[in-house]
Amino acid sequence: MKRYVYIGIVAFIVIVTYPFWSAGKAKKPEPKLDTPEIQKLVEKKCVEPKEFMKREHMKLLNQWRDAALRDGTRVYVNSEGKEFTVSLQNTCMKCHSNKKKFCDECHNYAGVKPYCWDCHIAPKEEEGQI
Amino acid sequence: MRIIGSLLLVIVLLLIAYAGSGPAGLTPLFGIVIPYIAIGIFILGFLWKLLKWARSYVPFRIPTTGGQQRSFPWIKWSRLDNPATGTGVIGRMVLEIFLMRSLFRNTRSEIVGTKLVHGSSKWLWIGAMAFHWAFFIVLIRHMRLFIEPVPGYVHFLESLDGFFQIGHPRLMMTGVVLIGAGVYLFLRRWYIPQVRYISLPADYFPLFLIIAIATTGVIMRYFTKTDIVAVKTLLLSLMTFSPQIPEKEKIDTIFYIHLFLVSALLAYFPFSKLMHLGGIFMSPTRNMANNLRVKRHVNPWDYPVKVHHYEEYENEFRDKMKASGIPVEKE
Repeated sequence: MKRYVYIGIVAFIVIVTYPFWSAGKAKKPEPKLDTPEIQKLVEKKCVEPKEFMKREHMKLLNQWRDAALRDGTRVYVNSEGKEFTVSLQNTCMKCHSNKKKFCDECHNYAGVKPYCWDCHIAPKEEEGQI
Repeated sequence: MRIIGSLLLVIVLLLIAYAGSGPAGLTPLFGIVIPYIAIGIFILGFLWKLLKWARSYVPFRIPTTGGQQRSFPWIKWSRLDNPATGTGVIGRMVLEIFLMRSLFRNTRSEIVGTKLVHGSSKWLWIGAMAFHWAFFIVLIRHMRLFIEPVPGYVHFLESLDGFFQIGHPRLMMTGVVLIGAGVYLFLRRWYIPQVRYISLPADYFPLFLIIAIATTGVIMRYFTKTDIVAVKTLLLSLMTFSPQIPEKEKIDTIFYIHLFLVSALLAYFPFSKLMHLGGIFMSPTRNMANNLRVKRHVNPWDYPVKVHHYEEYENEFRDKMKASGIPVEKE
């Protein structure tokens, strides 16, 4: 009977410490913003402030999808009153043409698999190209 | 008072975390020190409980017999509810742990008209299944923040959990189910007078704590948001024993509240009813085979008893017995 207790204790320790022994090397993601399109911009600004985009971009993208596809609204007016075309491929990806370095870097790190690319065509990127 | 007291305790914990990591700025305490201490208490406390239970004596076979025991070959034997072999016990335990079989057999008695009626009652089983499975899946999904690269099974679970692709970040069903089932189990405790009568703060407090943990998690994911990359960096640094609070990115207070409540749960765990996680494996009424009619089980506490039977007694006192006129068997 005692044998089972020892097996149980070992199993408990292995399971509980699982995140400790499998954590892996922490390599912080570094999303890159230096695409040719962004370099060309005079005022390097996204549709909304950076902090907002960092936290809320997924919500904004969801609103854009609903606006463009369900309501047919193709114009987005941002907090500064500037107008943008509601389009992932033509507005977002025009500047952020580096999906691998810009999107995937953080998404992979945080284990997020957005379903944008179920419908949209992901931009073709070659290795080495930014 | 039992309910309000437990609720207040959770609110106090929430406020401590809010004040400590927000205005007081003690993020290293709430992000590093307390989680480490909590994990330490959890592991050591859990082991202490397991060893304590393992040391206790179980001299007799006491499985609950939920069906016909093994007998003659022409009598139908209830293999899972009255297992006589090790395999049967494993089958019983698997069903118990994954499907809560004994809760499934819950019954309810009521007086209908003039008759006492017994009927099946599955409501507790449904609530408990939803609660436990949702909690378990939520826990596994969190591995995305503890392991780099993120393992495939986490992605698989997330794809199932967010199957309906509602909103962005997409809605995880288990989060809704966990809070819903937690609230349901609380309301059940509260509304049914008999259950309310036997409920203690030790029943309400963990329930409220888990509901609070799930709620802060849901708020963080869907509403206020937090810098998830910074959160993972912090957690990975904790897991690799090189703790570092990310300086540049500021992790929101809500994250520290969530983490502190989880730490409180972990530290409370070994000393509470939540230890049924370990206890289920060590329940003699579930983990023993009913082979009483197959094997001879000798009571391990039997020891040679010093007896003094009548013959010896008479031999010792014969003279005195005769002298006082007490009849004796041997002259």
